[in-house]
Amino acid sequence: MSARPDLLGSEALARAAAGQVSRSLWRQAGRRFMRNRAAVGSIVILAVIALTSIFVPMLWPHGIEDASWESIMAPPSLGDWHWFGTDANGRDLLVRTFYGGRISLTIGLLTTVVALLIGVTYGAVAGFVGGRTDGFMMRFVDVLYSLPLIFFIIILVTVFGRNIFLVFIAIGAVEWLTMSRIVRGQTLTVKAKEYVESAVAIGLSRGAILRRYIIPNVLGPVIVYVTLLIPTNIIVESYLSFLGLGVQEPLTSWGLLISQGAGQLDSAPWLIFFPATFLAVTMFCFNFIGDGLRDALDPRDR
Amino acid sequence: MLNYTLRRLGIAIPTLFVIVTAAFFLMRAAPGGPFDAEADLEPEVLENIRAAYDLDKPLLTQYWLFLSRAVRGDFGPSLVYKDFTVTELIAIGLPVSITLGLLAKLVALLLGGLGGIVAALRQNSVLDHTLMGLAMTGIALPAFVSAPILALFFGLYLKLLPVAGWNDGAPANLVLPVVALALPQIAVIARLMRGGMLEVLRSNFVRTARSRGLAESTVVFRHVLPSALVPLVGYLGPALAGIMTGSLIVELIFNLPGVGRYFVQGALNRDYPLVMGVVIIYATFIILFNLLSDLAYAALDPRVRKSYR
Repeated sequence: MSARPDLLGSEALARAAAGQVSRSLWRQAGRRFMRNRAAVGSIVILAVIALTSIFVPMLWPHGIEDASWESIMAPPSLGDWHWFGTDANGRDLLVRTFYGGRISLTIGLLTTVVALLIGVTYGAVAGFVGGRTDGFMMRFVDVLYSLPLIFFIIILVTVFGRNIFLVFIAIGAVEWLTMSRIVRGQTLTVKAKEYVESAVAIGLSRGAILRRYIIPNVLGPVIVYVTLLIPTNIIVESYLSFLGLGVQEPLTSWGLLISQGAGQLDSAPWLIFFPATFLAVTMFCFNFIGDGLRDALDPRDR
Repeated sequence: MLNYTLRRLGIAIPTLFVIVTAAFFLMRAAPGGPFDAEADLEPEVLENIRAAYDLDKPLLTQYWLFLSRAVRGDFGPSLVYKDFTVTELIAIGLPVSITLGLLAKLVALLLGGLGGIVAALRQNSVLDHTLMGLAMTGIALPAFVSAPILALFFGLYLKLLPVAGWNDGAPANLVLPVVALALPQIAVIARLMRGGMLEVLRSNFVRTARSRGLAESTVVFRHVLPSALVPLVGYLGPALAGIMTGSLIVELIFNLPGVGRYFVQGALNRDYPLVMGVVIIYATFIILFNLLSDLAYAALDPRVRKSYR
């Protein structure tokens, strides 16, 4: 025992309440999740898409910029290694689809990380500090919320040029708003719990309480939201690329491929079919995982 | 309630001001100008044109001029669509965007709401799984994928409907854009509705209602539905505000003369007055509908009023 008398063992109790209970909660949630076939299958499929996106462009006989004059807008065929066909410049669609997947998935992940970092910190501080600070911080979020997202991104992209990193920052900077609202609401709930009260009673510092008790217990809804935010951000990037404001040639993304394919829909339908299928399957998987996680973390809804 | 309304209004107006100001200076920070496309203007001519549009004045003066005119509803002339004022362009585009957006929202509410209710009442049945699978597809397929496919299939192959164009809002021209716009929303609304229903169906007051021997239809329509609609109200405010922003892609694909198209063109061409005009309209819409949905929330749930300091 330390110098401070801890008559009721309240520190240990508080630790047990937060640590022990939440750990077994997490384990139960994990078990429930593993029983959800759609969600587990989605993870496998996503892993395959991610791995192929990384490795296929390295190993495939065609490069993403190799144009061949003999096969322009060739339909899919097993010969010549043009399994997905070729585009108007005779470039192989398969390698471009996987390469586009690399960029789309990377943008989806990185923008979500940006949104996660800003949103969780902001929301947790607002909810935990409370009072005037909370009011002011959330009013600021309300103001930003009134900015039409796509308008804001379009202006940012036209102002600072069509730079892929800018796309990251613009999307992430807009998407943290909902995250901060979720985290704040959750923090307010957690703050009222007995284990936080006891942590305050034993004199833990605010930072320590925030780190050790608030943030871990707020994580559930945040994880669910993250799995839904990644596909949203992939769509936003595709949307921008579709407008010609996102990823620029010779780089490519699913959105850019789809927009190019949409222009040649009647003459070369495979140009939109393959990238759109990959995009849709990815959306499906993330949504199934999100649903699975929500059901696992909040078993009331089952 | 009145107090709450006034407080929310007191925030809405400064918000609009901040957005408009930010957009004004952001646009001006962009490299390039509105007359870059007009090749080889003599420097003197360019100076004269810039002077005619007050672009030669200091930025702050321009900002003040813009504000004082905008307050009176005058957004100035478009710099790229010559002979048109911004107000005229918006007057052309707004009815198109609003027609599209409202129709799509209506279709989505009807179909999505119905689908969600049916799925919840038959939870875990084949019907439930089918409906939710369809909803998932709606979410997974963004409008810029479904729209070209719809146009190809119903327009080019079956020749049932026009592939693109507005044609003064003829019903046949509206069908495909409205469907493309509504699909993802149907999916979202159906899922929200199902979730809300399931939550309420399990609550104590519904069990009480059942135990009192009320008919199932009475339980559903009188007790479950009103409470289950609450999450939908929260979704509808921002969604209604998004009516115009949402139709941007669909307007481009189906070549419709809506506000969204003017906005993208305006931003790319540095047509400052046009962009500012659209921003003001967008922001007003969003703030207004957020306000209305917050007020509706507060009217439904007294706790919201209390928590608002």
